[in-house]
Amino acid sequence: MDAIILQILNGLDKGSAYALIALGLTLIFGTLGVVNFAHGALFMIGAFCAVTLSRLLTLSHQVLDESRKDFLGNPLKVDVPYVTEWFGETTGAAIIDWAVPLAILFSIPVMILIGVIMERGLIKHFYKRPHADQILVTFGLAIVLQEIIKYFYGANPIPTPAPEVFRGSFDFGVLLGFDPNAVIYPYWRLVYFGFAALIIGGVFAFLQFTTFGMVVRAGMADRETVGLLGINIDKRFTIMFGLAAAVAGLAGVMYAPINSPNYHMGMDFLVLSFVVVVVGGMGSLPGAVLAGFLLGILESFASMNQIKAILPGIDQIIIYLVAIIILLTRPRGLMGRKGVMED
Amino acid sequence: MQITKWEDSMSNTLTRRGVLRSGAVAGAGVALPTIFTGSSASAFTNEPTGDTVTLGFNVPQTGPYADEGADELRALELAVEHLNGGGDGGMLQTFSSKALDGTGILGKKVAYVSGDTQTKSDAARASAKSMIEKDGAVMITGGSSSGVAVAVQGLCQEAGVIFMAGLTHSNDTTGKDKKANGFRHFFNAYMSAAALAPVLSQLYGDERRAYHLTADYTWGWTQQESIAAATEALGWETVENVLTPLAQTDFSSYIAPVLNSGADVLVLNHYGGNMVNSLTNAVQFGLREKQVNGKNFEIVVPLYSELMAKGAGANIKGIVGSQNWDWKLENERGAKYTGSNAFVKSFGEKYGFPPSQAAQTCYAQALLYADAVARAGSFNPCAVGEALEDFAFDGLGNGPTTYRKGDHQCFKDVLVVRGAENPSDEYNLVEIVEVTPVEQVTYDPEHPMFAGGNLGSCNAGV
Repeated sequence: MDAIILQILNGLDKGSAYALIALGLTLIFGTLGVVNFAHGALFMIGAFCAVTLSRLLTLSHQVLDESRKDFLGNPLKVDVPYVTEWFGETTGAAIIDWAVPLAILFSIPVMILIGVIMERGLIKHFYKRPHADQILVTFGLAIVLQEIIKYFYGANPIPTPAPEVFRGSFDFGVLLGFDPNAVIYPYWRLVYFGFAALIIGGVFAFLQFTTFGMVVRAGMADRETVGLLGINIDKRFTIMFGLAAAVAGLAGVMYAPINSPNYHMGMDFLVLSFVVVVVGGMGSLPGAVLAGFLLGILESFASMNQIKAILPGIDQIIIYLVAIIILLTRPRGLMGRKGVMED
Repeated sequence: MQITKWEDSMSNTLTRRGVLRSGAVAGAGVALPTIFTGSSASAFTNEPTGDTVTLGFNVPQTGPYADEGADELRALELAVEHLNGGGDGGMLQTFSSKALDGTGILGKKVAYVSGDTQTKSDAARASAKSMIEKDGAVMITGGSSSGVAVAVQGLCQEAGVIFMAGLTHSNDTTGKDKKANGFRHFFNAYMSAAALAPVLSQLYGDERRAYHLTADYTWGWTQQESIAAATEALGWETVENVLTPLAQTDFSSYIAPVLNSGADVLVLNHYGGNMVNSLTNAVQFGLREKQVNGKNFEIVVPLYSELMAKGAGANIKGIVGSQNWDWKLENERGAKYTGSNAFVKSFGEKYGFPPSQAAQTCYAQALLYADAVARAGSFNPCAVGEALEDFAFDGLGNGPTTYRKGDHQCFKDVLVVRGAENPSDEYNLVEIVEVTPVEQVTYDPEHPMFAGGNLGSCNAGV
């Protein structure tokens, strides 16, 4: 039982990442009709926003410490962060420690800007082109973006820890009446799940309860009619692209402490996120979220040794197996809308 | 007379079927890549005829090991500089063999070409093939993966050039996949396990239950087999061995079952990004703070490097593993490891940071190749191979070392290391716990973990 609870928890945080990326993908597909293979790269850039802010906050000047030697035997150059000089040792250290949560604020304008530049500069020229063209150009863009990141940050993963207060793990076992340490779960992963739920709820509320959201939903249903009403739907869709980029970026920022960011992390998530979108139903936002969590949990369960003893290798194919079964039984996916991707 | 005989022979055997067969054989010969045919004027593949000799540096320049590859390339470029008499000479000053004099190799200036393995076997073979065929490389070195090393070693054997392996740690490279034209300076999984086991026993005791997570490819399998055998010999029990896909990034679902498995040690047979992520996940799940069977839960990473320690950040603190070399070796363990400081100085002054173990092994390989050519008096790979076989040397940073004839594996001391608790700077993330003497890590070439292979005979290519 404790193992099952652990895998459900595991699935929830994994599903959170899938759901957030798939949500952005669906937003872009639903509004602009573009299959955006560069979306994983936006997730990666989000994680590197956390790395960048962390580096900015630790910008230092060097002082020579004559009492210590460097690897060549010269006096050691010690880095002294400006932040600790300006705000004092304690406050400065706390600011550096909280780099990842602070990166949320930093990443939102950056990601919206990147999203808008991507959409206006490149992707809008492919709206009326076949999906194959869109996939090719956005996939190429993803490779360019990851190579740019690699050029500036290197190929090695860069550790980007969560604030000290979130570094431990929570003992669920005690809470549920199990032995101590039977079900423990990292605090930051719980934070990630809560954050994902907040973002998903925020996006749905924005689309559901604001005039802007209402227009966007109308545009998703019938772009032409909304245009005929004199509403500049293109402008709103561009903003939605920026919003989708911000959602992917925020998912990446908060993921940075879970796995050290590297330039390739977007690609690792991209294919799975597309499967999530297809299983959820192309263009369906609730479908993307539902499928994200469902596949995350199934993937976690498939990694259990007891399951793999019966079905070796199932952890590698479970997501695709479920995708095949769902598409065979529900060709539009779990919550797909009629007419989307059916022409 | 001879002509008559030939005419006689032709008149006797010239049939339509015979002509077709000859034509097919000739056609196949024409279709063969030039490396497998060569020029009749040369005694061996890519025999250098001008005043330069070209070496091929096949390192990962893109992909997950690009940083390690960049360090290898830096070291190889430094080796070329030193071979041609530039810089301060680096380890040429300390190398026990004095066959090299800084005038290139056999009087020929050393030039090099580089290729990108991308840490993919097919890409690595393609780039090595291009360097041999198009650029005339007479030796290939570099690389950061056993899969790549085995693939390129096979190609070099077929092509008739020497392969001086870079960072490859699988037993198979000099075990079941060994080749006469291939030579490995780096240590292997068996040696890691043999060096680690006594230290693990000392640190954690002889009654432990180990849970293994293992990268699902040649290196992971041999690493797991080696460390499991070595720790079981101590009395440890292997509770479970779970193979994890190489492409895995989030290991949380593999870590979670460890919590309730009854294991009190987690062995991560992972390297590179796999290791950084699995270790990070294991620490996040509180394994380091956990107590099982009345003992502190421990994590062991049999092979790691400075670059990986950097990637893992604070999570590497206190984690025990093994290394082929460390830049602090001579400073901490004395003159036995002479050459280390000379290399660190050359490398550090040129690039601004100390070299990694990948850099050291590639630098040593370049010097060892050049020295073997100089001692053999020929670039012929068979002569070079013969000069390397059972060659005992010193002064390249690892202490007294021998290139064993039976499997072309170098035998030298092995370092047991641990993530530093309070590193003074980013170059001191790893501390040396123990240096295991070579006798303790030496094995028979016919050891079961290395069985099934055959060096075969040297191929000069023509």
